[in-house]
Amino acid sequence: MRAFSYEKASSPADAAAAAARSPDAKFIAGGTNLLDLMKLQIETPTHLIDVNGLGLDKIESSPDGGLRIGALVRNTALAADERVRRDYAVLSRALLAGASGQLRNRATTAGNLLQRTRCPYFYDTAQPCNKRRPGSGCSALGGFSRQLGVVGISDACIATHPSDMAVAMRALDATVETVKPDRSTRSIPVADVHRLPGNTPHVETVLDKGELITAVTLPKPVGGTQIYRKVRDRASYAFALVSIAAIVQRDGSGRIALGGVAPKPWRVETAEAELPRGAKAAAEAILADAKPTRENAFKLPLVERTLGAVLAQARG
Amino acid sequence: MPTPRQLEMNRRDLMVVAGACAAFSTTAGGARAQPAPAGEPVLSEVSFSVNGRNHRLELDTRTTLLDALREQLHLTGTKKGCDHGQCGACTVLLDGQRINSCLTLAIMNAGAEITTIEGLGGVDNLHPMQAAFVKHDGFQCGYCTPGQICSGVAVLDEIKAGIPSHVSHDLTGAMAPTAAEIRERMSGNICRCGAYSNIVEAMTEVAGRQG
Repeated sequence: MRAFSYEKASSPADAAAAAARSPDAKFIAGGTNLLDLMKLQIETPTHLIDVNGLGLDKIESSPDGGLRIGALVRNTALAADERVRRDYAVLSRALLAGASGQLRNRATTAGNLLQRTRCPYFYDTAQPCNKRRPGSGCSALGGFSRQLGVVGISDACIATHPSDMAVAMRALDATVETVKPDRSTRSIPVADVHRLPGNTPHVETVLDKGELITAVTLPKPVGGTQIYRKVRDRASYAFALVSIAAIVQRDGSGRIALGGVAPKPWRVETAEAELPRGAKAAAEAILADAKPTRENAFKLPLVERTLGAVLAQARG
Repeated sequence: MPTPRQLEMNRRDLMVVAGACAAFSTTAGGARAQPAPAGEPVLSEVSFSVNGRNHRLELDTRTTLLDALREQLHLTGTKKGCDHGQCGACTVLLDGQRINSCLTLAIMNAGAEITTIEGLGGVDNLHPMQAAFVKHDGFQCGYCTPGQICSGVAVLDEIKAGIPSHVSHDLTGAMAPTAAEIRERMSGNICRCGAYSNIVEAMTEVAGRQG
């Protein structure tokens, strides 16, 4: 790990301002992803701004009937919150399908959204990777790509976003609240937080330098049958090959977001009109622009079959 | 026996280390720090309690809680396995919750109450979970065992607190310490010897006794 200086921020706006002052500063919250990457010198911040203890660890009911989740709420606390379990079951289920009990106890809501890909070539510092070293090339194309993305990818990067939580938040139409170094705040639909790689896979979000996520808000509950189905190589503690967050209503309409297949939680709202026609039609519409490699082409039929299982479960 | 040349190199290495120490700058907790000049180690102070005893340490900011426990406080019961949060050997309790001590910086834990395997119990006063692991042969080589036992104690507390898991059928119902629940909740603790079934039996017995 490279040496770094360290400070505890005294307010969210001060944290953002401190991050803008230091060229290579990073926020640290749970640390479960950042410290892993710092040990491998994939992340090399010279200054860490500890945002724990800023009072961003509360889950509050909002006036519009929704929920405001502080950025520092730990994954365990969010999954176990009574309101989330009752009204946003897909979010509880997605959180519980991710990581291990130890990691969920530390990992935060904002950190989960901003976690980096687990592409093996991003992790292997001896290999070219456009995300880790812009312009060096993509080792995954033509390499070991079984885990990697099939849609939303580019010729520069086929990495996936690894989060389960974010997939459920995409289905729930969550909004991310931030504060910038100039103390201004903004709200960003979670759909717009992550960028597709294009030619700049190292630019992963729309957040500005120093911009700090303060909360994630959920609109008022939409009911329906809420399911998170994750397909992976082990029964527990593994990243998704394919995952589906689904909210299915009695009339057969619904929302579907996919994990494990794209650089961001993947949802195609126009494809959801196909849901009453069944899994095949809906899966084809969601993955219309898919460009799989030979190794991960299995993800296309896997999405269709998993969606079929999810829709059957929703019908009861 | 080291050769004289090796000894000389060791002395030179020592001097390099001493020079680096002289260049240390100390970051006071809570104060606004300036970014470190590239590559220069930074020291910071932190206080927390481990197994009921308060400690005040001055540490390189890079020191993980795991390394502070093992290298500074000489509590070597907590083990370093993968050092990347994948194996669970470093599991300790932080304010009663299990965490991977390899994935948190020591200086991030000011004021925390940490419990390690040494704090749960020792040879003369085994914690019920330790005794159950012995009785049910919940280990072979023993390296992952301190993490398994810390995790096991916390898992039973999580079930009692009604925290759901991936395999809980009813998210809003009462949670029970079934074998399926224990296996799912213990998936962050890897055992290469494969003592899993005996670990489940040990935990089941403790859960039954707590019932």
